[in-house]
Amino acid sequence: MSRIENKFNSVKDKASTALIPYITAGDPKPQYTVKMMHTLVEAGADFLELGVPFSDPMADGPVIQRASERALKHKVSLNDVFDMVKLFRQKDNETPVILMGYLNPIEVMGYTLFAKSAAAAGVDGIITVDMPPEEGADYLSALYQHEIAPIFLTAPTSTDQRIQTISGAGRGFIYYVSFKGITGASHLDVSSVEMNLKRIRAQTDLPVVVGFGIKDAASAAEVAKIADAVVVGSAVINKVEENMDSEEMIMSSISGLITQMKKAIDDVVC
Amino acid sequence: MGIEQYSLPDEKGHFGPYGGIFVAETLMQPLQELRIAYEQYLKDDEFIKELDDDLRDYVGRPSPLYLAQHWTDLNGGAKIYLKREDLNHTGAHKINNTVGQALLARRMGKTRIIAETGAGQHGVASATVAARLGLECVVYMGAEDIKRQAINVYRMKLLGAQVISVESGSKTLKDALNEAMRDWVTNIDNTFYIIGTVAGPHPYPAMVRDFQAIIGREVREQVQEKEQRLPDALVACVGGGSNAIGLFYPFIDNTAVRLIGVEAAGDGIETGRHAAPLCAGKSGVLHGNRTYLMEDKDGQIIETHSISAGLDYPGVGPEHAWLKDTKRAEYVSITDEEALAAFHELTRIEGIIPALESSHALAYAAKLAKTMSKDKVIVVNLSGRGDKDIHTVAALSGIKV
Repeated sequence: MSRIENKFNSVKDKASTALIPYITAGDPKPQYTVKMMHTLVEAGADFLELGVPFSDPMADGPVIQRASERALKHKVSLNDVFDMVKLFRQKDNETPVILMGYLNPIEVMGYTLFAKSAAAAGVDGIITVDMPPEEGADYLSALYQHEIAPIFLTAPTSTDQRIQTISGAGRGFIYYVSFKGITGASHLDVSSVEMNLKRIRAQTDLPVVVGFGIKDAASAAEVAKIADAVVVGSAVINKVEENMDSEEMIMSSISGLITQMKKAIDDVVC
Repeated sequence: MGIEQYSLPDEKGHFGPYGGIFVAETLMQPLQELRIAYEQYLKDDEFIKELDDDLRDYVGRPSPLYLAQHWTDLNGGAKIYLKREDLNHTGAHKINNTVGQALLARRMGKTRIIAETGAGQHGVASATVAARLGLECVVYMGAEDIKRQAINVYRMKLLGAQVISVESGSKTLKDALNEAMRDWVTNIDNTFYIIGTVAGPHPYPAMVRDFQAIIGREVREQVQEKEQRLPDALVACVGGGSNAIGLFYPFIDNTAVRLIGVEAAGDGIETGRHAAPLCAGKSGVLHGNRTYLMEDKDGQIIETHSISAGLDYPGVGPEHAWLKDTKRAEYVSITDEEALAAFHELTRIEGIIPALESSHALAYAAKLAKTMSKDKVIVVNLSGRGDKDIHTVAALSGIKV
């Protein structure tokens, strides 16, 4: 069984909902990333979403754009990201690591080499924001072959037919984007999320993870009642940005945020 | 390319391996709706009549095909004709497309339009049609471009558009496009995104091409009237590539007509400071389509340089990528310095001030004409007028206007 399935099962056994923090690899400094990953897990993260920096992050709001820019100042490449995951895996072989990024760096590396290297590093899944399943025949076959889960986004605008296509191609889980917009915005409408999760679950047995617009413990808890996992991104990066000059402060602030969120989730769900 | 009639893109928007739809999920369904609406109205007689009327009475089409006799004599070779897109309302070819997309926006019930702009010509053309149709208009423009195109920024504001300065990334056209996409994904219900070039996800490259193909269709008629035959070569500048594809498209099946796209070599291709992805880039995915890009070894998009803001873009329309690979079109480059020389030369000898973008095409056409005999015919797309560039040109001569 894969790390992703194992983790969903163990979270389910505790009758909880998984918490997935996002950080951008290399932000604010490449040497902090692995320590940040361990810190997040110690604070209660069940999965980790690791952003691959890109020069033109079209689906991201200003907070994650800046994180990408900071990482790119250090020229963080896909191979650097693989090295970070490899290092993380030396101490943690349980927490699933999902990469999130844009297609061009993967396209330039080549799909087969990407999938092979990701698997060797211990990556579990990949969300490529601008790669819909319709364009993905070669991409998908490389990922399936190396057992990296291709994870696709669904959105409020996705029709039932599209959800079906996405469910067929996707592995690991389905990521539901909670509103029409970019990361870090705050238009979260829980009743609309609930309705759309029903639509998605009617078409797939894969767990459904909700992201975009979860900014604090309260919104995380709200969404946790209806989702299999909750992703928090810009709120974590905000902490990084506020404490950029001190490694210690970064670690303690992201740890504080995740501890608080995990507790809020457990309070409403368990 | 054989005898088979050219009919790209395929139904998924592919030109060979290029084009396609590479966007976040939220945009997939809206793009599908746009494609359906576009295909429907393209066959709708009422829509086509309204478009034709607007192009004639509002834009001022057909634009003339002018034999630049003095410049032809100076170069001493092939006859050079200029397709005078600079005489269109708002001063460039961009309006051909914005008129079409705005009519489509209204028919789709959208009340707000957004656009990205580099030199400001597409922004002005979008603000213009928005003013006329009573649509709200927001234009995204890189902070760097706002500095070098102050006149166009003010024109857009006069027309009632809101101009938003984009401070992310390299603060130029590509970043304006990113920001417009972010706006679109957020305001998808009431907003129509008017992309100004033949890039972006399907159906944009095909749709913008179809709206710009009026340029080539007119040239076909006009040149046959004047010369009783088709031209030997067509020359146009290529940033995203909309004016070039507009000129080339109706001639693609006439393989005896050379199609030549001129990219911006900036300080020179060898310096790396240029904006010539077809001449010196490689394949990748950006802004919703697969095409030639300027990118580093890690797949990050690199900053471009050109004296002309309208050519300062790291990608290019996917159809150009395909025309290059199939060798149906040729792509060359012209430096800032060469473009500037052509700008001054045409201004003084023909009394026409060309846009710096179009000056790239002019500079190459002059080189080409010299290698061809006097009975040959070249048509250059004079895609825009140079009024917007006089500050840039004056500054280079140490003059403050």
